[in-house]
Amino acid sequence: MAKRVDQYVNDLQQTRIWRSIFRSGTGTSTLQRALAIQQNVFLHLFSTKVRTRMLSFRATWYLGTLTLGTFLILVSTGIPLMLYYHPSVPQAYADTKDLQFVVSSGMFLRNLHRWSAHAMVFLVFAHMFKVFYRGAYRAPREFNWVIGVILLLITLLLSYTGYLLPWDQLAYWAITVGSNIASAVPLLGNKIHFLLLGGNAVNANALLRFYVLHCMILPLIAIFFLAIHFWRIRKDGGLYSHASEPMTLRTQLEIPSSPNTGENWRAPIGGTFKGKEVR
Amino acid sequence: MADEKKGDLGNDLSRRQFFTKLGLGSLSIAAVGTAAFSYQYLEPNVLYEPSPVVNAGKPDRYPLDSVTLDLNNGIYIIHSPEGYFSISAVCTHLGCLTAWKPEQNMIACPCHGSKFQQNGTKIEGPAPKPLPWKRIWLNDDGDLLVDRSTDVPPLARDSFVRV
Repeated sequence: MAKRVDQYVNDLQQTRIWRSIFRSGTGTSTLQRALAIQQNVFLHLFSTKVRTRMLSFRATWYLGTLTLGTFLILVSTGIPLMLYYHPSVPQAYADTKDLQFVVSSGMFLRNLHRWSAHAMVFLVFAHMFKVFYRGAYRAPREFNWVIGVILLLITLLLSYTGYLLPWDQLAYWAITVGSNIASAVPLLGNKIHFLLLGGNAVNANALLRFYVLHCMILPLIAIFFLAIHFWRIRKDGGLYSHASEPMTLRTQLEIPSSPNTGENWRAPIGGTFKGKEVR
Repeated sequence: MADEKKGDLGNDLSRRQFFTKLGLGSLSIAAVGTAAFSYQYLEPNVLYEPSPVVNAGKPDRYPLDSVTLDLNNGIYIIHSPEGYFSISAVCTHLGCLTAWKPEQNMIACPCHGSKFQQNGTKIEGPAPKPLPWKRIWLNDDGDLLVDRSTDVPPLARDSFVRV
């Protein structure tokens, strides 16, 4: 039976339609597996080859991937929540209550959205600590660290803007306090406060602005920087693995190199690193 | 060939450079205009917010030596021996609504613990400034009106209403 299913899949993969969509073809040769990654619009962001060691749990604790996972959960639960939520003062709180007590699976979606949001903030910090203490933020990956810091800020802003949407006392006062912090910016503070809230106090305009920021603007910015973040992993030489960093980098940092790591390292960008040739 | 072209145009720019500069220049002007219009768009011209002027009712609602919080408008109406005055109930730290604590004879903020005297003077806490005094006056019907958008100097003669 298993063989028959295999056969069906194989037949499907040989059809003209399948081959017109997936141009890399089938097969398990190194070339064809590399092509399957390289010729896929989503997968081509990542390296075509990765060291098996780097796929083990202990290398990264999967923190970046888990963060992406929470982000995907947040998008896929957030969109259905938008179908029942009106960002208006008389309705926002009632809609939140309806989602919890009237809508089928509403409580599940809302809680999944909320807990994933908390988890994402936690995982972003955990990811950053892991990268920091492994030293994976150092050259040539320093720009990807900067992108990561931008993504941290976007995560926090997403969390903050989402906080207002239930329109309860907690939300109202948290945003009052939070937006007043923006007023502390020298010279422009009050202007920023006014533009952020679309008024002088947390009100109908503020609710709508936070809704648009939360559901449209910030997620789009996040996806934009996520794409750069993933692509830079490949461009900066793959996941950081200390044993296979370039000799030049290690001598520069005065870290003794082991005589034989059993791995060859190829320069990710051109053939030189900081003016020194890399083999 | 290139030199000839330069000579023909009578300046250092080639035709391509000229049009590139013209194009980029126009785009820059358009970008500045777009930024200006975007800013104007984001700034509301009409606000459907409550009026800053509040009718606090007849003065005899407030007994002597009383501090009354108007929850909806975020102000205190205080009837002191010197007269009626009004101060903001919005904490100068991060905008929480403060509360009058009669047993401790002070105004306290629930959020971060700022404390103020009955006349708005800061006692302690993260609040950077005292609670501002608001303009208060009597209208023709004998009602107390408070303008929340206008600060007046604390303890000044004109900052009180005497009935």
